[in-house]
Order: sequence, then structure tokens, then C-alpha cells
Amino acid sequence: MPQFAVELRDVVKRFPGPSGEEVYAVKHVSLQIHDGEFFSLLGPSGCGKTTSLRMIAGFELPTTGAVMIHDRHMGETPPFQRPVNTVFQNYALFPHMTVGENVAFGLEMKRVPKTDIAPRVTEALRMVRLPGMEKRKPKQLSGGQQQRIALARALINRPEVLLLDEPLGALDLKLRKEMQLELKTLQREVGITFIYVTHDQEEALTMSDRIAVMSGGEVLQVGGAADIYERPNCRFVADFIGETNFLRGTVKEQKGKTTVVEVDGGITVRAESENSLAHGQSVTIAVRPEKIHLRPTSGAANAFAGRVEDLVYIGTDTHYGVRFAGDHRVRVREQNTDSASTPLARVGDEVTVSFAEAAARVLVE
Amino acid sequence: MTAFLRSLRDKDNLRGLGLISPSLLWMIGLLIIPLIVVMISSVGGRDPDGNVIFGFSFHNYLRLAGYNYDTPCGDVPPPCFDDLYLTILWRSLVLAFQTTALVIAVGYPLAYFVARAPAGHRNLLLFLILVPLWTNFVIRVYAWIMILRTQGVLNGLIGSALGVLNLPFKPLEMLYTPGAVLVGMVYEFLPFMILPMYTSLEKIDSSLFEAAADLGANPLRTFLRVTLPLSMPGVVAGTILVFIPVMGTFIVSDILGGRQVILVGNLIQRQFLDARDPAFGSAASILLMVMTLIVTIFYTRTFGFGEEIASA
Repeated sequence: MPQFAVELRDVVKRFPGPSGEEVYAVKHVSLQIHDGEFFSLLGPSGCGKTTSLRMIAGFELPTTGAVMIHDRHMGETPPFQRPVNTVFQNYALFPHMTVGENVAFGLEMKRVPKTDIAPRVTEALRMVRLPGMEKRKPKQLSGGQQQRIALARALINRPEVLLLDEPLGALDLKLRKEMQLELKTLQREVGITFIYVTHDQEEALTMSDRIAVMSGGEVLQVGGAADIYERPNCRFVADFIGETNFLRGTVKEQKGKTTVVEVDGGITVRAESENSLAHGQSVTIAVRPEKIHLRPTSGAANAFAGRVEDLVYIGTDTHYGVRFAGDHRVRVREQNTDSASTPLARVGDEVTVSFAEAAARVLVE
Repeated sequence: MTAFLRSLRDKDNLRGLGLISPSLLWMIGLLIIPLIVVMISSVGGRDPDGNVIFGFSFHNYLRLAGYNYDTPCGDVPPPCFDDLYLTILWRSLVLAFQTTALVIAVGYPLAYFVARAPAGHRNLLLFLILVPLWTNFVIRVYAWIMILRTQGVLNGLIGSALGVLNLPFKPLEMLYTPGAVLVGMVYEFLPFMILPMYTSLEKIDSSLFEAAADLGANPLRTFLRVTLPLSMPGVVAGTILVFIPVMGTFIVSDILGGRQVILVGNLIQRQFLDARDPAFGSAASILLMVMTLIVTIFYTRTFGFGEEIASA
């Protein structure tokens, strides 16, 4: 039994740059992706996530390092001999073939007998909820339908790993949300390992078992959605995933996880850190807006007087911008649970912002 | 007619008419009217001075079909069957097919190469393909005489190559053969095939090649199943651009074929200039047009103009 579905071992990819110098697309990436996992590569454009995916597919070869699929070293194996299939960002359906011919293409290449292909095409189209579309041309289908055909065309080959390169990028928001759930359900049904490239953090959080956050060609953090959201390991991850307030300061003392940080402007904040930190070390504290409250909550380790500077009502929540301790500004998100539509505070009100010790994460620069 | 005039009151229609009128006048004056004149003279006859006598008889067409009125065909006295003109028509048709096929065979790899070259190099390569067109058509054909004649460049090269090996060499008779005409035609019409084929090939989204590879197609099968079908619109357009002019051209066969390779184009030219029988020349022109039209219609019925695939 192989240990991992896909393993990247210290993979580096360099491209020749425009003025002759070498440009790193991927720098020393190591990843282990388990069988049956829904794994996302998440990051802004240019972070190396698509290049990493293309190296697994075989469209690019690593400059150094190894790509392993189920313990087999891929080396220079061309794409048409790899046990993976890809769903492309622009779908890449063959325009001169019908939907049926598109979906059958992979099996035909494997020289599966014609009599076996037809029922499998029917089954694949049923699976993506487009039964009976065999005779249509891709052009006659909507974007969402083309997306599903691309999915059927890849899944019909029963690949060991399915690679998805921002497959929902071209769809509108509502359809994208539907497809996210559908993809996740489909992945559970077929049990195939999915590696999903996206720049949309919400999409990654919704669907993935685990996420690798990438930036500048490096993997910054790998973990489940909650790990990454609740316990980001650096400022980039905290900032990229969701909204975060940052407070800069220096470590004053540490007892176990509890870390007291002296924040510029003369306040001290009690925060949590798993790392042992040196006295006087400069750090950043990250606090999510929904974990800050506008009234002192019982047992809150941190409470500061401040003034509401702006207020945005967005239905489920109200967002407040609060300035406190001189120059610090935080965003606070309060749920509108009261039936009375009166906000907790108005612009200009003096308020107390408070948050628990566990809500504040210490990030080392 | 009143409906037409009424529609002219609409400003948009008037503007449309204004926009097409220069080309409309051009087409009427230089295509439609001459064509009608040719049609009328093709059913006429010829007086001793070589003028057209207007009338209505199909005897020019019968002559083309092999009906000989006045001269004996070998030992047979007239009227008799003479396959002279049918042979010329058949030869023209065969040569046009051969030229088109060879131009595709030579041009496709070149178009493929240019389309797959790095984007920055493509314009330079296309430019190089078009450079010969800066020289006059006739001069380019004459250049082939220098290459193909008995004391020409090609025989010189073969001779010196064999001379090095100490082998005897008798210069090849290449000029004034059907082969020489074919080579000249292929050379002249190659760019007209390469450009549309290049356009088709270049338009294919490269992610389709990746998709084919991803689904298990090796490079050969990717070419046969994806590249080739998607580049067919270019091949179809190029075929139309090459086949039609080759059917009617007479310069290449005149210069490189001498008296040996007479094509329907030469036949028509000679009727108007040397034989002074414009009526018969007109009939041959109409026949050529009809033949070309039939082949083209048959071809486009089978392959389309390629636009269905191109727009997909």
C-alpha cells in the first residue's frame, strides 16, 4: 500500500526570465497528499500553485526534486503516460467533437473496446447530472455545463489523482457555489484524490480536507480549514485567509502559551503562542474581527477603551471600525442577533473593545 | 421595384447602397457585363477576319466535346471525333488536382512549423514566406528556366556531384515537361496555401493539445485527432485559393511547358490572340468556369468552407 497518492520532494522549478536571468516559479516545495483526500493549493496568482499542478500532470518537469505518484517516480514520464487527469481552467473541450466523443476520448486512447465505452460515457454524463447530452457540441452548452463535461471527460478514465486548475474561475458566483458543493459530493462518491488549485480562499475552505497556502513559490502552511483559519503560522496566511487585525509589538513575558506583548502605544495584550519567544522579540498579533467584541465580555483578557469611527451594516453582521490606544485601528464584526435593529454603537460612541487571550495569535515575522 | 425604391427612403438602406456602390459598379462593369459578353459570343461564330458573328448555336461547345467539322481526324474524314480539347481539359483538371495535393503536402508541415514557432519568430517566418511575392510572377517563373534547363543549375549540381564520384552523367531533360509545369505551379501557389493553413493552426488553443496528452494521446494521435481536424478550415480555404487559379492559369505552362504542356488556359489565350477565334475561346472560358464551379461546389458540399469548425 503506497504511503501517499502524490508526493512532491523538494521540487524546484526555474524558468528563463525575460532578460535572461532565471526566475523561480516554485522553490523547494515538499508536499504529501493522502489517498482520497481533497487537497487544495491556495495562493495569489504567481504563487506557483498552477506550476506545481502542471508538474504533477507532466506538462512541466521539475528543475530539481521529484514528483511521486503512488510511490512511482514520475521522472520525465510524459503526460499521456501518467495516471492522472486534469480539468482545465478554460475546460479545453475539443470543439470539433460532440460531448460524447469528448468524454469517450480518454477511453479510446486507452483502446477500450467500443462496446464498453458507450455505457461508461452514459454513466459519466449521469454522474455529472447531464444525461443524454452525447450528441451536443460543446459550444451549445453553458459554461457550467461545459465545466461538468470537462469533469466527466477526466473522471471517466478513473484516474489515480484528479487535478483541477481553477475549474470554477469562469463561472458566476451562484453557479460557483453550487458547483463547489457538487464537486465535494462527487469527490466523496468516487473516492478519487482531488488536487485543486484556487486563489479563492473561501472556495478552498469550503471544499478541502487540507489546504496548502502558497506564496512566492513556497508552501507557507499546510493544514485543515480550521487549522489555517484559526492558527495561521505567519502574517501572510493570516492576511490571505479571511480578514484579520494586526497589532505590532514586542514580547514582554511568556508563561506556557500565554504571551504578554507590549504593543506600540503603551498597551499590553495577552495572546497565545505555541512557540517559545525571547524577551524583547518583535512580533505581530493577529485577531479576527468576529472575535473582538464591543462590550467587555466576562473573562476577556484584553479590554481597551476606544471610539467607533465608522460602521457598516451588511445584514447578518455590522462591521465597526474602532480606534483605540492612540493610533490602533481594528475592525470588529458583531452579528445582528437582536431582533431590534438598533446597532450596539453609533459612530463617535466611546466603547470598550475586548477579546480573549485565545483569540489573539502571536505571529513571528 | 417599387418596394426597392420604397426601401431606399429608409436612411440605413441608402447608406448601405452608398457603401457598396463603388464595388458594385466595379463588379458590374468589369465582371458581370464582360461575362455576359463572353456568354453571348460563346454561342456565336467567327468571320474570316476573326470577328464574332452573333448567332445562336452550340457548335463551339460541340467542338470542345470532340465534334470535328472541317479537318480529318487521322484517316477519318470530317465530321469525326477528335479528343484534342477533351485531353487539354482533362490534363488541366489533373494538373490542378496534383498541384493542390502537392501544395498541401509541402505547405502543411511548413505552416505547422511556423504556427508552433515562438510567438516572436512567427512574423519573421511569415515575412520570409512572402518575400518571393515581391518579385513579379512572370520573372519568378522564368527563374525556373535557369534552374531546370539542360545547362541549368539543377543539372549542374547533379553533374558535379556525380563527377566527384566519377560517374557518367547525361543532363536530364526537365524543362518543357509536365513535371516542370507542376513544380512551377507548386512554387507559385504555395504561399496561398500556407497562409490560411497557418491562420487555422495558430488559432488552435494550445490547452487542447495538453488536454489530449492528459487523456492519454501520444503526439501522433494528438495530431490526427485534434490538430489535423481543427486545421481543416485552413486547408479547405487554401485549396479553394489554389485550385481555382491553377485551373485557369496559362503563364506557368506557357513558360515552363512550352508547346508540350497545353492547358485550358493556354487554349483560351490562343483562341483570342493567335487563332483569332474569340467565339470558340469564349466557349472554352465558359466551360472552364463551369468545371471549376462544379469541383468547388462538390468540394465545399463535402468539406464546407470550414467556418463551422473554425467558429466553434
